[in-house]
Parts: sequence; structure tokens; C-alpha cells
Amino acid sequence: MTGGADEGVYFITGKDFTNAGAASSSLKKLLEDRGVPADIVRRFSIAAFEAEMNAIIYAVAGMMRYSITRDMVKVTLQDMGPGIPDISLAMTEGYSTAPDYIREMGFGSGMGLPNIKKNVDHMTITSVVGEGTTLEFDIALSPSP
Amino acid sequence: MTLEDIQTILNAAVLARRADLGVSIDRAYCADLMSDVLAFSVTNSLLITGLTNAQVIRTAEIADIRAIVFVQSKRPDMETIALAEGRKIPLLATQLSMFDTCGKLYANGLRSQSVDPA
Ligand SMILES: Nc1ncnc2c1ncn2[C@@H]1O[C@H](COP(=O)(O)OP(=O)(O)OP(=O)(O)O)[C@@H](O)[C@H]1O
Ligand SMILES: [Mg+2]
Repeated sequence: MTGGADEGVYFITGKDFTNAGAASSSLKKLLEDRGVPADIVRRFSIAAFEAEMNAIIYAVAGMMRYSITRDMVKVTLQDMGPGIPDISLAMTEGYSTAPDYIREMGFGSGMGLPNIKKNVDHMTITSVVGEGTTLEFDIALSPSP
Repeated sequence: MTLEDIQTILNAAVLARRADLGVSIDRAYCADLMSDVLAFSVTNSLLITGLTNAQVIRTAEIADIRAIVFVQSKRPDMETIALAEGRKIPLLATQLSMFDTCGKLYANGLRSQSVDPA
């Protein structure tokens, strides 16, 4: 693996389904270019994409910050949105408040947050109803021994 | 099997200007729920779906899906086709229903997980 610390930010616009996934897709490329093993890249990309889609579906706007070091990739997605009243309920597989038009796009099965948790090493969600939600996660970049 | 075999079995149209139909496909996943694809598909699968929006292409890119078959005569729009071309994800479209698509591919040996014997 090559390269030093790398950080940046992507701005996410609520309901912008045309560009939905663009941030996660460029982060995926960044990791691939650094020679991160494919299975780790896949775990990371899935988590980033589910997080990005949630911000696009539920929030007005969001900021996705990332930092990549030799050992770890970390993402903090802070959004301006309705917030999550009950985080443990939101983490339950199958729980979703997505409207029908989101379901018609193939989302809204209530699998996103549980799947993020499954793919990352650490994940935290903080949320204030009426203000927004911040989701943070990280993944170690070297294959575990 | 190759993507070309799949095209023949499904009598499918290829929705790409340059597609490598020689790529080998040995597993498949079928869903209209993108979160299911992200949660349960394995890397380098064929995705069989009835959804044709841009999120399907993004999901496929994120989940390392190798190619997509749209069932029941459904066609993505040109922007979506262009997005897939840019990601080098070949798109096929068949008139068969989802059930018949999966049935035919299964009968020809395609499976959901790796073909390696357990
Ligand atoms: N950023 C967010 N802002 C507000 N609510 C959110 C946010 N992220 C998730 N939620 C709430 O948590 C629920 C569960 O989220 P999760 O991602 O697990 O499933 P989903 O988005 O409904 O469906 P899927 O992710 O399977 O497409 C959502 O339906 C929504 O009510
Ligand atoms: Mg979600």
C-alpha cells in the first residue's frame, strides 16, 4: 500500500438521485488506487453508499468527510435533516419509513443501517430530531491477521 | 459460462456500444431491492433485476457486480446506459419474465454463490 494521509469532503444534496452514489463511487476509486485489498474496498463502498443514500433520501443536505491513512479509512457523514427519533429502532433490519417512490427505486427495505454496521469495524450514530444526523464509521485497511 | 452464453440462453439484447461478452460469469443474484443486493450478493455476480434506474448501476458498481440483465422487456434510458458504459458494466435486456430468466439460467448451471463445491 502506498501514500500518506488523504482527506476531503463531498457535498450531498437531498433528493438528488441523478448524482446519488457519486461520492461513494469516487471514494471507492481512491481506495482502489491506493492498492487496498478488494474485499475491504467492497465492505467500505457498501457502507459509504448506504450512508450516502440515506442522506440523499431523508435529509436536505449533507457533508461527507473522509480521511484515509495507511491503516484506516474513516467517514463522517453529517446531514441537515429530520433526525432519527429512535436510533435502535432505525437499526432494526426491516424498519423503514421510506415513502413509496423510494421503494420503487429499489431502496427502503430497512437494510441500510444494519448492513453498514455489518461491514465496518466501528460505527456511531448521533441524531437530534429536527436538526440532523451524524453517522461515523471506520474500517481498518490492512487485512486482519 | 460467459456473458455471451447468457445472451444466447435469454435471447437478450446487448445495451452497450462496446461490451466484452467473453467475460466469465459463474454466479448470479436476483433482486429488485438494492439494499438486498448490497447485503447479500457476492462479488463478480450477474445481477438479474426488473429495475432500470441509475441507482441500479451505482449499486452494481459498489457491489462489484459484473453484468446486469433487465427482465420483462424493461429498458433503462440512455443516461443510465451511458453510466453503465462508463463503469464497464455490460447490460442485457430480455423479454423473459424474472422467473423464466432465473429458471433458464439455473437450468444451464448458473448458481447464486460460487460454483466451488462446498
Ligand atoms: N440520515 C437519516 N436521516 C433521517 N432518518 C434516517 C437517516 N438514515 C436513516 N434514517 C431512518 O432510519 C430508517 C432505517 O434506515 P435504513 O438505511 O436501515 O433503511 P432504509 O433507508 O429505510 O432502507 P434501505 O437502506 O434498505 O434502502 C429509515 O427508514 C429512516 O426512517
Ligand atoms: Mg437506507
